[in-house]
Amino acid sequence: MSNAQNPAVTAGLAHADPAQTSTVRTRTGRRNVEGMSRGQNILRYVVLSIGALLFLFPFYYMVIGSLQTAPDPTIAGAFPNPGNVTGQNYADINSRINLFQGLVNSGIFAGGVILCTVVFGVLVGYALAQLEWRGRGVTFALMLLVQVIPFQLLMIPLYVMIARDYGLADSYAGMILPFAINSTAVLVFRQYFLQVPKALFDAARIDGAGELKILWSIALPLVRPALLTVVLLTFIGPWNEFLWPFLITKEAALQPLAVSLANYLTNVAGTAANPIGAVLAGACVLAAPMVILFIIFQQHFVSSDIGSGVKG
Amino acid sequence: MSSTVSSGSVTPSPAARPTRPGGGGPRRGRRGQLLGRNPLGLLLSAPYLLFVLLVFAYPLVFAFYMSFHDYFFAAPGAVVDRPFVGLANFQEVLSDPAIIRSFGNVGIFLLINVPLTVVLSLVLATALNKIVRARTFLRVSFYVPYVTASVAVVVVWLFLFSGNGLVNQILGPLAPDPAWLINPLLAMPTIAIFVTWKQMGFFILLYLAALQNVSDELYEAAATDGAGKIRMFFSITVPGVRPATVLVLLLATITGANLFTEPYLLTGGGGPNGASSSPVLIMYQRGIEQGEPGIAAAIGVILVIGVLILAFIQRKVAGGDES
Repeated sequence: MSNAQNPAVTAGLAHADPAQTSTVRTRTGRRNVEGMSRGQNILRYVVLSIGALLFLFPFYYMVIGSLQTAPDPTIAGAFPNPGNVTGQNYADINSRINLFQGLVNSGIFAGGVILCTVVFGVLVGYALAQLEWRGRGVTFALMLLVQVIPFQLLMIPLYVMIARDYGLADSYAGMILPFAINSTAVLVFRQYFLQVPKALFDAARIDGAGELKILWSIALPLVRPALLTVVLLTFIGPWNEFLWPFLITKEAALQPLAVSLANYLTNVAGTAANPIGAVLAGACVLAAPMVILFIIFQQHFVSSDIGSGVKG
Repeated sequence: MSSTVSSGSVTPSPAARPTRPGGGGPRRGRRGQLLGRNPLGLLLSAPYLLFVLLVFAYPLVFAFYMSFHDYFFAAPGAVVDRPFVGLANFQEVLSDPAIIRSFGNVGIFLLINVPLTVVLSLVLATALNKIVRARTFLRVSFYVPYVTASVAVVVVWLFLFSGNGLVNQILGPLAPDPAWLINPLLAMPTIAIFVTWKQMGFFILLYLAALQNVSDELYEAAATDGAGKIRMFFSITVPGVRPATVLVLLLATITGANLFTEPYLLTGGGGPNGASSSPVLIMYQRGIEQGEPGIAAAIGVILVIGVLILAFIQRKVAGGDES
């Protein structure tokens, strides 16, 4: 589970690592193919480092700010001052919004989406890649189409349907339903199944295995390496989603952390002793699980996986 | 076709699958020609098709329906008359200066966000593609904003770009007054830059994937012919990743059209005075807060038509027969 490196399957997906090939020199050795002269290489690192600094600094600032007794927006405030460090902001925000409950709600929301996506996504992915049935082309086209429909257009009708007609307001089911099956994840599954030679399945059929048996004993074990990629990819959406759960949950006890933090920010932030510190502390708690998971499993977040998923 | 079939079967049991007339029934060999060689595929896809039908197809039709009716919220199950009003909702939308302004704001957003996204993500992806050391660290640092919740990073930007925030402290006398997010001229550009920063990682990812498809031989040949680095970038890399560029343009445009969280939280609901409101924000205010779903649906329909037109133009301009 932790490091499922099936070479046969990952080989096709992990090819986004050209670092090895890029330094190959031409026969003459006179000029480098990719032009990796020292100056250009330094320039590359300078550009990338400036980029990385701009991308990471707000996160650093978030942590620093969440630990300050009093907000210090001056330049000196960007560096930790031991005299000004406190954990009080975390206690503060936790007394206003139940951080633990928020995390649990976010977890249930994301977990429900992941469960539905994995269970149903594997089935469709397999059917699209390995079976021939009427409507396959239409289904595949729909899957691509769904990814370009702006969700926000559907927001009002979905709200009417789910909150009013089905009475699913203030429920986990109502939160999960519109996101239940992540189409990008389905495409990743399909991509994996496409790499499995059809002959493997045909052989099993000749041996008399039923279609469900083939799915369960051959297809599912093969797709295991894709699982972590799909889980990670699917996790981002619901964990970070704001608008939909914001519309559908009015009851504070059911709100995912992103929603309760945003409500705190817009409504009651002004009443806290160190409002910015408290909000930043909440932001750290909201950001941490996703960022930590991402850093741990970043090698599964390979460009070609998602690239092929999006492109189809 | 597929939707009518899928709506029939929700139960994931093969026995529950109704056999179609002429489908061969229990006959072996040429079974189920009507449903293809492996009718099981349809059964396996049924939950997904049902999901698409319920969450995309039906609401899409419903949105169009609402936009032509005087739709209002009523108690569930109550039978109420919601008269057909023709284009009245659209008329109201198009004559409301606040709504027009929100569409204009999206225009400003796209003009800043889209070119910035395409150029910066391609440059960073190209640079990232060729390095050996610190590759993972740099890659991860570019993706981190993308994987983090908007709500969390919005808070930091609020702090950074406030009146006496760090950005203004660094700029000193050059700091804009009023500050970024409460300045009518700068509120929308600041949001555009925030979203560019937030989404860049994903687009770098797409370009990195696309760069793997650009053949090294092209660069070799160009080097033999004496082409310089910059020439190679524009003559090989840029055309080589064109399909990805079409995709990036489309996705960035959709992101812009979907703008909600940032104006809602960064500028306190589209302030100052509507200078950073977005159509989706107004859809929320009119549709949910003020109970006029018909108006909100009409805004949504106009928004989607706008996105489709932009996508079509981008495809024509950026080229790429296939995406």
